[in-house]
Formats: sequence, structure tokens, C-alpha cells
Amino acid sequence: MTDPVLSVRNLTVEIPTRRGVLRPVDGVSYDIAAGEILGVVGESGAGKSMTGNAVIGLLDPPARITGGEIHLLGERIDQLKGEALRKIRGKKIGMIFQDPLTSLNPLLKVGEQLTETILAHLPVSQSDAEARALAALEEVGIPAATQRLNSYPHEFSGGMRQRVVIALALCAEPSLVIADEPTTALDVSVQAQIIALLKRLCRERGTAVMLVTHDMGVIAEAADRVAVMYAGRLAELAPVQQVVQAPQHPYTDGLMGSTPLASLGQKRLRQIPGSMPRLTALPDGCAFHPRCQRATDRCRSNPGPTLAACNGRAACWHPLTDEDRAAREATA
Amino acid sequence: MLAYVIRRVFQSLIVLLVVGLVAFSMFTFVGDPIDNMLGQERTDADIARLRAQLGLDQPFPVQYLRFLENAIQGNFGVSYRQGRPVAEIIAERAPATLELAFVSGLFAITFGIGLGVFTALRRNGWAANTIMTLSLVGVSLPTFLIGIVLIYIFSVELNWLPSFGRGEVVDLGWWTTGFLTASGLKALILPSITLGLYQMTLIMRLVRTEMLEVLRQDYIRFARARGLKDRAVHFRHALKNTLVPVITVTGLQLGSIIAFAIITETVFQWPGVGLLFINAIQFVDIPVMAAYLMLISVMFVMINLIVDLLYFAIDPRLRVDRTAAKG
Ligand SMILES: Nc1ncnc2c1ncn2[C@@H]1O[C@H](COP(=O)(O)OP(=O)(O)OP(=O)(O)O)[C@@H](O)[C@H]1O
Ligand SMILES: [Mg+2]
Repeated sequence: MTDPVLSVRNLTVEIPTRRGVLRPVDGVSYDIAAGEILGVVGESGAGKSMTGNAVIGLLDPPARITGGEIHLLGERIDQLKGEALRKIRGKKIGMIFQDPLTSLNPLLKVGEQLTETILAHLPVSQSDAEARALAALEEVGIPAATQRLNSYPHEFSGGMRQRVVIALALCAEPSLVIADEPTTALDVSVQAQIIALLKRLCRERGTAVMLVTHDMGVIAEAADRVAVMYAGRLAELAPVQQVVQAPQHPYTDGLMGSTPLASLGQKRLRQIPGSMPRLTALPDGCAFHPRCQRATDRCRSNPGPTLAACNGRAACWHPLTDEDRAAREATA
Repeated sequence: MLAYVIRRVFQSLIVLLVVGLVAFSMFTFVGDPIDNMLGQERTDADIARLRAQLGLDQPFPVQYLRFLENAIQGNFGVSYRQGRPVAEIIAERAPATLELAFVSGLFAITFGIGLGVFTALRRNGWAANTIMTLSLVGVSLPTFLIGIVLIYIFSVELNWLPSFGRGEVVDLGWWTTGFLTASGLKALILPSITLGLYQMTLIMRLVRTEMLEVLRQDYIRFARARGLKDRAVHFRHALKNTLVPVITVTGLQLGSIIAFAIITETVFQWPGVGLLFINAIQFVDIPVMAAYLMLISVMFVMINLIVDLLYFAIDPRLRVDRTAAKG
């Protein structure tokens, strides 16, 4: 296999607060290969956005990377600053945010926003940049793109705006795209279109994608592999089929059980009891143990389980086996 | 948009009518012009003749309509004190005030926006903090005190700048300007700073607040994530959005610069309409006072109107008529 586009090793993000240092991302490691889509799921506050922001160097102070390494195309990027960091943003890493309504500058024409991005990264003339801007709009499926270059963001519908955002994120042909809940703010009817578009463009260009979402449907539809995050740590990292059909971490299992997914063919929705602990009050050992029926003394004591310390797939001392799942199906 | 403009113009007219009424009421309720115009030795016949001559024997509404009719034609009557047409006196004094207001407005806007952006971008730097602290002083000091302090430092102690008057002016026939001579320009500096300082600090604090707010927006984050240069993010994306809300307040402030010129003109003995008004009050020169009030309100209303139209120019979301079909 070739080298991964993105390689994150033991990434740790910390926020110093009055009540001590919080760790919204704690020792996270993963790779994304060219053309691969890594889905990142987890409850609200699990640290998904923090991880994405850390990769592109857009953490809001006082949050900062305090440990680990990030490599992009073999080059270490977590220590880049200023101009060097600016040059990889947009050029090598594209970012797509959740809300297309607020992601676009309301006072600048869509064409202006596209050309300025292209000119910031590529050594082309103004007219070349405009031609590329037009091509970028056409590629994301905006009808009458020539006229639309002169439109302001408020003249587009939500779905069309997210297409514009995608065009902006991809216009300098980055090797990696971080999409942070790209469909959450959209109508259900256009969500699938946007995901399909993103998937097509990235497959065509061999772009690596980190796709953050709450929507297991989106994961099942688009992702090749899935990273499940819980309280700042990776709970499970595996190909999508395995995560969806044979989850090993009890949290992943609970997450799947609580998602209405036709493709899973499950009879009844289950709920995970309790809620994710706050970062200020993380329990010892495995952060999930207070909500876990399989928890033992080992789970309650430090050091907690990590992917590396366990089987490399689920950060759990007692991962679910096929028999466990079969037994549960029988009783349900 | 046209309907909106027409509505705004209509509202402005109503405002002007009301101000006109107030200005006009002064004639009837503040002092008796006859008292002021005729000296101690007057006869009842003199009084009656003057009353008829000035139209003061007519009923109130008739007088008001006549007043408006005259005002629209720029005829505000004859100054009680100087015995000359008010319009002529004001035309003589207006250039001084307008030039002063123009320079202070320019000072307030450029420094207000410049320092506002600077303090927003260098949020925690010592320079920005110093400026913010000083600006509190600027907001809280009364205008006349600022003027006196400036005069003390730059005129009395350092002897760099004149403490009163317009300096040498060039008469262009319809306009006298201080812009064309060195002494005229020098004379503008202290009064302009005195007059504009409050507005400058206000604009600066507003720009700072708005800019910090805009810098938190998603589209700024997205602009950064696209790898745009800081300069583009700050000035192309952030500043433009900052200016949308700033325009209204700035417009109103420019209006008040002209109104507040009274104090500055008094401190610096600046021969403008503000000083004229102060002197008019001392002598209960009602026609001059009324004309001044009308003039100031016309300026306020016009500035407001221009500000509203500027909104359309800067914010495409308000230009309803060019909304394309939703895609
Ligand atoms: N400035 C801050 N001070 C303290 N805690 C913070 C701060 N910023 C973020 N956090 C915490 O960091 C954690 C991670 O947040 P993050 O935005 O990455 O979550 P997420 O997984 O993206 O959630 P969501 O699904 O809601 O977007 C959250 O628990 C949040 O409360
Ligand atoms: Mg998030």
C-alpha cells in the first residue's frame, strides 16, 4: 500500500481552563489513504470537530495541540505556523463546514470568493482564475454557472450554497478534505445529493476525506472506514461494514443500536443509558465504563484501554464477539 | 427599493415640518421680537405698525404656512440684531462650520476606523490596550475641556498652533476657504480634533466591537480555512462586513458633529454658524435661531437619507430588485 495522505499519531489537544486542563482530543491516531473516506462519528462533544480543526491548524485559542504528530503527504504539519500554514490550507487541505448559510461571505459574489481562493494558491492570471472558478461551479452541478458567478450567496438555496462551499473547498485541488457535518444543516431531501457529490468528486480526484457526521446513514452510504470517538478518544476504528454490522466496542454497539437504519435490519431501537461524561469529570480507566454493562474492575482502573493496547480495532478490554451479538439478538 | 426611498423621503419631510413648527413657535413663545427691535422709546402706533409689517397680527397657522413658504425659498427673515437677511448672514458663516465639520468628520472616520481595526486585530497587545484605555478618557471628557487642554498644550505651551479664529481665508466669491493657506490649515487642526475626538472614539469602539464579532463568524473561519492571506481575511472579508452596521452610527455622528460645533466654535472663537447661534441666543435673535435649527435638521435628515442609501450600495441582500431566481 502507498503512504497515507494523512497520518495522525497520538494527537492530543488541550484547553487550559480555570478548573484545570481539559483534553478534548486525547491520543488519537488514524490514517487516511488517497481516495479513501474516513467517517468520524460520536456524540456531541466527543471531540470530532476539535480533531478536524487541529489537522488544519484552526484551533481556537486557548485550545492547542500539546502532543502527537500530524503528517500530510509525508510532511509534518502540526508545527507549521503563519505563511507555511496558510499555504497548506485550501491548497492541500480543504475544509467544509456545517452551515452553508454562514460559511459564505454575504457581501462578496460567489465568483469573487472562488477566484480569490484560486489566486491565493495557484500561479495563474486573473482570467485563468475566473475560468477555473467557472469550471469549479460547473463541476459541483450548479446550473447556469456563468451567470451564477455573479450571484451573491443569499441568492442561492441551502443545498446550492453547500455546493458552492464544496467548490470553494476543492477549487485548489487539495489532497485532503475535512468535511465537518456537511449535511446537518440541510434539508433531508438534498443531504443525499450533497454526500453523493462529495463522494464522486473525491473518488475522481483521489482526495482523502475526513467526514465528520452524526448521521449513520451518511456513514453507511459514503465511508470506507469509520472512526468512533468517545470523550476525546478513539473507541473503535474499522472498515464500515465491520463497524455497522459487527461492532466490537460496546459504545459503537450502542450507537448502532440507537440508530434507525433500514440496512441494519434491526427490530427495535436500543438506548445507551446515561450520557457522555463532561471533560471536567472524566472517570478513571475507560471513559465509557459508567455506561457499560460489560464493565469490570479492570475497566475502572488506569491506564484505560487504547486501540494499540487492545486488539488494534476497538479500545476495549472486553470487546463484543459474534457470540455476544448473537446472544443479544436472541433475547431481544 | 424605489418605494423604500420614497417612504424615507416622506418621513424626512414630516420630521422637517415638525422641526419647522418648533422653530417657528419660538417666534411666538420666546420673548417678544417687537421688544427687541424697538428701543425703549416706542409708541403703541410703532408697535402696531411693526406687527402688521412682520405679519405678526395674522392667526398662528397662517403665520406658520408663511414661515414655511419663506423657509423653502431660503428666506428666514431679517436678523433682529444685525438688521440683515438671515440667509445672507448664514451663507457668510456656513463655510467656516462646514469646513470644520468636514475635517473633523474625516478625522473621526479615518482614525475611528483605523484604530478600531487595529485594536480589534491586536486584541491583547499593549498598544491596543493603551488606546482602549485612552479612548475611555476621550469619551468621558467634555468637549470644551478637551479644547482648552489642547489650546493650553499646543498654543500656550508649545506655541505651535493658533488658539482661535480661522487664520487667513481665501474668498472664492461664494465661499471662503481656509484650505488654501498654511495658516488656515493650521487653524483647522485643534478645533477639528476637539470637535471630532468624541465621535472618533465612538466610531473606534464600535468598529472594534463589530470587527471582533465579525471575526468570529463562520465565513471568516472558512476564509482562513481556504488559505487566504491575513490581509485579505481582515480587510476584504472582515472589514467590509464590519462597516455595514457602522455606517448608521457614523452617519448620525457626522450629523451631531455639525450640531456640536457650537461648543467648539465658542471655545476657539471659530466664526461659523454655531458661534452665530450662541450670539443669537444672547440677543434672543429669533430669526437666526430658527434658521439655524432648520438648517441643522435638514442636514441631519439628509445625512440619514444618504446613510440609508449607502446601505443599499454596500449590502447586496437589501437590493431586492436584483434577486435572481433561487437555484
Ligand atoms: N473553549 C473551550 N473551553 C472548554 N471546553 C471546550 C472549549 N471548546 C470546546 N470545548 C469542549 O471540547 C469538546 C470537544 O468539542 P467538539 O466541538 O470537538 O465536539 P464535536 O464532537 O465536534 O461535537 P458536535 O457533534 O456537537 O459538533 C466539547 O466537550 C466541548 O465542550
Ligand atoms: Mg462538531
